[in-house]
Amino acid sequence: MVNSEGLNCERVCQEISNYLEGEVDPALRAAMDQHFPTCKRCSSVLEGMRNVIRLYSDERMMEVPAGFGRRLEKRLAESVRVRGSRWSTWSAWLVPVAALALFAGGLRLANSMTVAPPLKSEHAQPGEGIPPDMLVVVTSGAKVFHVAGCDFIHNKQTKRILTAKEAMREGYVPCLRCMREYLHTAVAGHLALEVEAAAETDADDMEVGGQ
Amino acid sequence: MSEANILLHNPEQAVATREQDLIARVQRGQNELFYELVRPYERRVYAAALAILRNETDAEDAAQEAMLKAFVNIRQFRAEARFSTWLIQITINEALMRRRRERTVVMEAIDDRRDEESDYAPRDFADWREVPSESLERKEVRQKLADALATLDRKYREVFVLRDMEQLNIQETAEALGISVASVKTRLLRARLMLRDLLAAGWEQGWFSRLPFEKGNKPW
Repeated sequence: MVNSEGLNCERVCQEISNYLEGEVDPALRAAMDQHFPTCKRCSSVLEGMRNVIRLYSDERMMEVPAGFGRRLEKRLAESVRVRGSRWSTWSAWLVPVAALALFAGGLRLANSMTVAPPLKSEHAQPGEGIPPDMLVVVTSGAKVFHVAGCDFIHNKQTKRILTAKEAMREGYVPCLRCMREYLHTAVAGHLALEVEAAAETDADDMEVGGQ
Repeated sequence: MSEANILLHNPEQAVATREQDLIARVQRGQNELFYELVRPYERRVYAAALAILRNETDAEDAAQEAMLKAFVNIRQFRAEARFSTWLIQITINEALMRRRRERTVVMEAIDDRRDEESDYAPRDFADWREVPSESLERKEVRQKLADALATLDRKYREVFVLRDMEQLNIQETAEALGISVASVKTRLLRARLMLRDLLAAGWEQGWFSRLPFEKGNKPW
């Protein structure tokens, strides 16, 4: 039991921060409430601390450098563009079509591509167009990095986020599907070959993901 | 009372509802709304990064990176958490990770091993008076306060910024920094006491001299 007589200034100052947090038990609080009006020193510490908290908690104390918001918006926009909404509708129909094409004879389709480098060499193209700061997703057991939300991320519970530059440094290669617009391969830009390209990409992803 | 009335009479609730709506829309793929969602917190995100990295360029880069990570992970955000806290925690993780990577704080790391006895005795400034918040309108006052904060050791500064500026609670501050609740409380006491003394000394040096205090009164 704490009473105001047993409470010295040192103890009050030790508890003063907890007091402001409402983190002292009722008996101690009552004793401190009795102490402050009788002690100029402790009440000056209490009020000084209140000043500190009130002044520093003011939003005006958190200034950002000039142009901060504009630069942030630009960087976000770059990333958002990569993960553009086009993908959500695209992937919705592409997945079953791609799977169908794959089962209907993916190997033949892949072989019939006008430009058909072996998978390894395709992977060996790191996609110079990928912004190095772009955030990408990798998972354990796979060798491919993806844009977040790509439907071909395997083993999602082990996913890790890093920049494209870091991913490439660690030996990951771009997913041919979600990184498509950055790759200078036969896959990129040929709408007519979309289904074939997707079939090939899927085969590739499955192979890698199954490692 | 209708929902419209509730919104009319409770602006905070209206802001929260709007935020929940924005989160849901971004989670459903309306990526272009993400900046709108995080814009109200950009100052807090930057301040959290700056408290840890202490360099404006690094802090800005870490703040941007943290926002991008929040964007990438937006679907993992659960409505029962506070979005601002979630965002600040991502920022702190990003800033701490960078600091560990760069190992630029050898001296401060040594300092952190000092024991946390809170045997700090506050200076004696017998009179006190409330400093009006209007004083923050003046840039030189804000700068003095920022300078005072910057003189604190890292372990005190970080706890103070997260609890008293970022408004995380004690538990959240402990989790964000990976320290115990007891450590947060001890460091917070020490930080607040030291700042109180620094500002009181600043008072005597005339930081707030143009404020409308009556002659003879001090704000402490």
